[in-house]
Amino acid sequence: MSINKEGNAYTMIFAITMVVVVGGLLAFISSTLKPTQMENVKNEKMQNILQAIGIEETSTISRDEAGAIFNDYITKRIILDYDGNVISELSNEDPIMAAARKRADEKDAFNVDVRKYYNDLTGLMKKYPEGGAEYEAALKEEAITYPLFVCEKDGKEFYITYFSGKGLWDDIWGYISLQEDGRTINGSVFDHKGETPGLGSKITEAPFNDDFLGKVITTDEGEYRPIKVLKPGIKRKEYQVQGLSGATFTHVGVEEMMDRSLAVYNKYLKGRMASNTAPVINEMSDSNMVTDSSYQMVIDTNAVLAIK
Amino acid sequence: MSDKKEALFSKKNKKLISDPLNLNNPVTIQVLGICSALAVTVQMDNAIVMSIAVLFVMVMGNLIVSLLRNLIPSKIKIIVQLVIVAALVIIVDQVLKAYVYDVSKSLSVFVGLIITNCIIMGRLEAYALGNKPWGSILDGVGNGLGYGLILVVVAFFKELFGSGSLTIPGLPKLEIFEWIGLYNIGYEDNGLMLLPPSSLILVAIYIWIQKKKTPSLIDENAN
Repeated sequence: MSINKEGNAYTMIFAITMVVVVGGLLAFISSTLKPTQMENVKNEKMQNILQAIGIEETSTISRDEAGAIFNDYITKRIILDYDGNVISELSNEDPIMAAARKRADEKDAFNVDVRKYYNDLTGLMKKYPEGGAEYEAALKEEAITYPLFVCEKDGKEFYITYFSGKGLWDDIWGYISLQEDGRTINGSVFDHKGETPGLGSKITEAPFNDDFLGKVITTDEGEYRPIKVLKPGIKRKEYQVQGLSGATFTHVGVEEMMDRSLAVYNKYLKGRMASNTAPVINEMSDSNMVTDSSYQMVIDTNAVLAIK
Repeated sequence: MSDKKEALFSKKNKKLISDPLNLNNPVTIQVLGICSALAVTVQMDNAIVMSIAVLFVMVMGNLIVSLLRNLIPSKIKIIVQLVIVAALVIIVDQVLKAYVYDVSKSLSVFVGLIITNCIIMGRLEAYALGNKPWGSILDGVGNGLGYGLILVVVAFFKELFGSGSLTIPGLPKLEIFEWIGLYNIGYEDNGLMLLPPSSLILVAIYIWIQKKKTPSLIDENAN
């Protein structure tokens, strides 16, 4: 054969063929592996949520098992807005939905990607450093929401919060579960994208997480009080946790993301606690109140039956 | 094409594998691929998976380039090599994400950076482009193992002294220092060992020992 291998035509044809072949191959591999990869990401999130509850049954759950039992434990998936109002509420009978195209349409708390939301939030915080009404309007506009997962176990409820922020190098995020009183921490899971190995990266490990147990996010009077991360070795009060040595900036990030998000969750949980324990105190008429509470009773017994 | 059939593991072919392990090690002698040797050696399991990934890319890259060596137009040979390597790396990355998710998370960007690992392009250019497929495969295996050897040795010392433990894929985390009770007599993990500078120190010590043992490596003119 007498093809001129140094000619331009040959070079062009070779380049085009190569690109087409390689492109097709990669597209094929990517689309075949995509479902497995998505499943991994989904199961990991379920695993994190279940581990964060802080109950024995789920604390050592593996990623593959997490998907199967997620709905047995997590009975409600709630989306909250900035003021702690419920935007959407799904129960474990609703299957986990595919992510909505527009953030404002998102109905399933499981799809709320707090890491993405945090990036937009920082943009807003830069734009309105003073805060105020404009800032809050912008928050609504951008549909910055907060996912909350409710776990029911042996008649007790746990509230699992999910939030994200910035560490020293990159994103950090975490899940904190609160006990039925809405203020005592029952478990936590933290993770990070690129904190320094051996220093900030240790927020994922047990010693750091264990110190959160039993800490409270409100004062005894019910006022919100942020959790503080202290340097290691300092005596700690009930709202202070022991940090890691050499990870100051990671601590700052952990404190900031917890403070910002738990304040919102607290607004909602406070309301929920009030309606759970004391009789409803507002301007509703008596007759309304009766129907209201009886209605709630029906739902509760249904729920109990469903669980059994 | 030579008419004389060469044995699969002739002396020359064996040398292709053994040379990069010592006499012509890609990391310590050719000083290639240093960047990832510094970065992914904090834990043994990352180092091992990284070595396997590089080995795979190197062998496959060498094989494909060697098969195409008479077809690749010389004007765009570097680009062709780059496309082949990049495609292989993406495949490795996708497979890791699907089947060993945890490892792919901890390797993060470094899998993608295999593309820029100088060893791979170096071997494609220096060997595969001018040699037959079987020799190229052996050359890839040799250099991949040579790279992996350094990675694993460095990671062994970094993890042992930095975290007091060893993580080997398939086994639970081995808390070696805790078992021998080093912490009880006041030892504390050395944080420096976890940071990239300590890899440089370890690689330097490795080169020192290597040259001490094989005097032929010492450049007589250096003094």
